[in-house]
Amino acid sequence: MSATVLSTPPEVFDVGRIRKDFPILREQVYGKPLVYLDNAATAQKPQSVIDAMVRSLTEENANIHRGVHWLSERATKSFEDAREKVRRFVNAADVHEIVFVRGATEAINLVAQTYGRTHVSAGDEILISTLEHHSNIVPWQMLAAQVGARLRVVPINDAGELLMDDYVALLTPRTRLVAIVHVSNSLGTITPVETIIGHAHARGVPVLIDGAQAVPHLSVDVQALDCDFYVFSGHKVFGPTGIGVLYGKHALLERMPPYQGGGDMIRSVTFEKTDYNIVPFKFEAGTPNITGAVGLGAAIDYLERLDWRAVQAYEHGLHAYALERLTAVPGVRLVGTAASKASVISFVMDGVHPHDIGTILDQEGVAVRTGHHCTQPVMHRLGVPATARASLAFYNTREEVDALVAALDKVREIFA
Amino acid sequence: MSDLRELYQEVILDHNKRPRNFRALDPPSQKAEGFNPLCGDRITVHLRLKDGVIEDVSFEGSGCAISKASASLMTDALKGRSVGEADALFQEFHRMVTAPVDAPVEIGRLDKLAVFSGVREYPVRVKCASLAWHTLRAALEAKEDVVSTE
Repeated sequence: MSATVLSTPPEVFDVGRIRKDFPILREQVYGKPLVYLDNAATAQKPQSVIDAMVRSLTEENANIHRGVHWLSERATKSFEDAREKVRRFVNAADVHEIVFVRGATEAINLVAQTYGRTHVSAGDEILISTLEHHSNIVPWQMLAAQVGARLRVVPINDAGELLMDDYVALLTPRTRLVAIVHVSNSLGTITPVETIIGHAHARGVPVLIDGAQAVPHLSVDVQALDCDFYVFSGHKVFGPTGIGVLYGKHALLERMPPYQGGGDMIRSVTFEKTDYNIVPFKFEAGTPNITGAVGLGAAIDYLERLDWRAVQAYEHGLHAYALERLTAVPGVRLVGTAASKASVISFVMDGVHPHDIGTILDQEGVAVRTGHHCTQPVMHRLGVPATARASLAFYNTREEVDALVAALDKVREIFA
Repeated sequence: MSDLRELYQEVILDHNKRPRNFRALDPPSQKAEGFNPLCGDRITVHLRLKDGVIEDVSFEGSGCAISKASASLMTDALKGRSVGEADALFQEFHRMVTAPVDAPVEIGRLDKLAVFSGVREYPVRVKCASLAWHTLRAALEAKEDVVSTE
């Protein structure tokens, strides 16, 4: 995104008006205005999402896909409308390619335990990268242990970029699946997913893209990408927690066995034999998170009402400003300096552990994440035990970046 | 919320910058490793016991100012103490950092260790202050496994 040319003047985007849509941004912490810079952990929710969820519970709460009564039909329609909104959001060809799950983590586990268990055998390889969140490492390790497969890892350079020559070399006749992150949650690196997918497909290898951190920042078109699976969590894209999405190409989903057994995923059950439902319902056993899906649908509605080009231009400008201000703070060193980067900024400070930075910033009302960000291999590779991470959303402002820098001055003062 | 200086007292900042007993011990000694998965703090506590007395104690590792200073001050406080005294000190320390915010600080035998009383106002930092102590306990029992604060 840093390569994006400012095609829309930032003035077009009225951040003051946008902030009014997010009630939590009016909160105070220890008597100071909340400066929420932990958007990569979870994004805040606009009032329209909160209202849609309240409406779902107060006006149309019923179970879905089974009632003949009016309320159930209405709830079913809201739930399936949300699926269609997700389809449009990622531009999937068919609404049946959208599976509702709890989040990106469950989506990856689902693919590992269904596609993986049936397509990966002893001696086969699953290719991931050093940048992966633990949720795109551990499910594959579990699968590898179950079937006797091997995990291969694409290395990164000191800037936090994938080494693409190594990637190509690691694609072998034994590679059965590539699972790579779209935007690194700890460093912000935007990976070249088109090239990754192109190389894998040239060898007949399917690709799963972990888009949890990409969807809040980039426009995602799964058909243009031609990825085989794309996963993300609702709560990082301004929707609620507990709802997420697995996109899978229809032909692949058809071939995969169910994930969990139970109600709704069946067509008929006798004690002798069970016929499974069609996709995506085959993967949605039990009563789903109906209110969550409605909330996610409302979040997508909200995003689609925004001028996305203006949003991206604004976020790009804010990111550049934050990088400039942070690099000017004595003793601060950025961790992750990829040429192509989303507005996720990891940094360390000479002589001060990130955890101490976090505590002092918190006292100033500034919320950042500190630690390994569920990416211990990244921290290990870059030789830092942990980082402080400021992750920006389009509702953040330059004044908030200034508040972060002022709070960092306080850190320096205390640790002088 | 109290002033940050209550948490980051000079003694703590000094021990963070210049940790005492920051080294390994030559054998015969026993050790244990402690890990706080929340923030990645990782320390190893080394011990040399003789007739139930801590003859020498040291630590290595990396962590935040609170965990490092706590380990440093702990090692200073424990040298020459019996295992029983060390355990009693652990109990007192633990009581202090987990006490209600409005309760008076009981310094008791804690002496310099009382500088960590401010930690009780920062619940997520209590584990940082107590990591060294939990690791010490494991080292006393010479447990081989990594101790976790979780």
